Amino acid sequence: MCYPTDVSTALKPTAPELKPLVPVPKTVIVRHSGVVRATHWITFLAFVALAYSGGEIVISHPRFYWGEVGNVMTRPLFTLPIPASRRTVPTRYNYVMLDQNGWSRALHIQAAWALLLAGLVYGIYSLWTGHFKKDLFPKPADRTWRAFRDKISKYFRRSPPGEQEDHSYNLMQRTTYLGVIFLLFPLMIWTGLAMSPAFTSAFPLSVILLGGRQSARTIHFFVSWFLLIFLLAHITMVAISGFWSRMRAMIIGRAVVRQKRV
Amino acid sequence: MSKVSRRRLITGGLAATAGVSGLAAAALLAERYGLLPPDHGGAYGPGATLTYAAQRVLTAHSLAREFPRSMISKTPFANPAKHPGDAFKRLEAGRFADWRLSVDGMVARPTTFSLPDLRSLPFRSQITEVACEEGWSYIAEWIGTPLGEVLSAVGILPQARYIVYFSADPHWWDSIDMTDALHPQTLLTWGMNDGDLPVPFGGPLRMRVPRQLGYKSVKYIAHLTATDNLKKFGKGLGSAAAEAEDPYAWYVGI
Repeated sequence: MCYPTDVSTALKPTAPELKPLVPVPKTVIVRHSGVVRATHWITFLAFVALAYSGGEIVISHPRFYWGEVGNVMTRPLFTLPIPASRRTVPTRYNYVMLDQNGWSRALHIQAAWALLLAGLVYGIYSLWTGHFKKDLFPKPADRTWRAFRDKISKYFRRSPPGEQEDHSYNLMQRTTYLGVIFLLFPLMIWTGLAMSPAFTSAFPLSVILLGGRQSARTIHFFVSWFLLIFLLAHITMVAISGFWSRMRAMIIGRAVVRQKRV
Repeated sequence: MSKVSRRRLITGGLAATAGVSGLAAAALLAERYGLLPPDHGGAYGPGATLTYAAQRVLTAHSLAREFPRSMISKTPFANPAKHPGDAFKRLEAGRFADWRLSVDGMVARPTTFSLPDLRSLPFRSQITEVACEEGWSYIAEWIGTPLGEVLSAVGILPQARYIVYFSADPHWWDSIDMTDALHPQTLLTWGMNDGDLPVPFGGPLRMRVPRQLGYKSVKYIAHLTATDNLKKFGKGLGSAAAEAEDPYAWYVGI
């Protein structure tokens, strides 16, 4: 994600670990497996649909509360400085936005299912093939604060990637992706289900542990911002490291890399 | 770049075939076990169907959360509804003494109930949350006759699959499946917080379906019909909300 690995840059003889005078031969490797690519793009499309429809749902009541209940008669935790799409919600604007709650809700639920099913396929596949262990959990040697510090300082110095990064994710990528996969998305699904009266009837702890229905809604809103920030950072990193080569790797799976040295 | 190997072609083909036939089998099973909601068609049908089927398989008989008396909202919000008209105004002036609930369709004894008739049946009080699809919510005590009691009083027929309920507002109707209709917490509600159910909250009679979002809890209930087929009502999508220009899901236990 983070550094240039397209052929032109990779062949620059200035890269520290590449000092041979003869051009380094390039090789084509399979960078991402079919399952990873398919679930990646389903997740991307579902997330865009969820973020858009989630925004539409929020504007029907741009007030947030903490605890079990909250409505226009109770004090909000905070209010978004935007007009609402429902007349019954007092805002500082003398304007009611277009109400698109119906189809937005339908899209939100359908995209949530797509994301959940893609996540299940990805999770089972990754456990089965060892993708988590091989590509996502930091390598044993990297599980130190020092390794994190070194990697972060490399980002700031903008030093080029090591050769192993042609084949797998670096430490910062691994940590971020693990956070998104095992923390943010599960929290999103949990807080979403905690707003379902039928789900909470069967699993009341799902909402009690979050402090109530309105707390679940507020957490759902904040975690969606974390995911949006991740998406922007992710796209930025892809752009910096060579947008088309990275897109190619995630779409057709192949990447041109420095030949693996023996 | 590289040719697709024969093995990959075959495994890919097999996977695709398995996927398509799996979907077809799932659709058949859903149909057979009544897991297809009436609004399963259209672009968002798959999501609506997955939600309804998953909830019916996993949570069919669970009870909605009930709260202690201390959590009853001091300031419940009565979401404004269109006033159901002059006839309603006259009934309201007479303190709903002439309010009638007619029950017909697939029942042995079609019956018309007055409010005192309903109150003479076994009733139930529960403290549950109303959660609107917009996001807000409040908790209140709801007192009413379980819909199941009314249905057994009129002799519901075994082939009935849905209860369609109509508001005094002629444009407002909805329906639930028998799982929700016979659920002990589904109440024809006539009382709220130790008093009569106020008109802004749906009085004199509101259908409370606490395991679904607020819009299934239709106000001013005047008529119930038991049916085996929702296609006979409106455009066949099961509710006025599902047939609106910007449609809302029929099943909204979410």
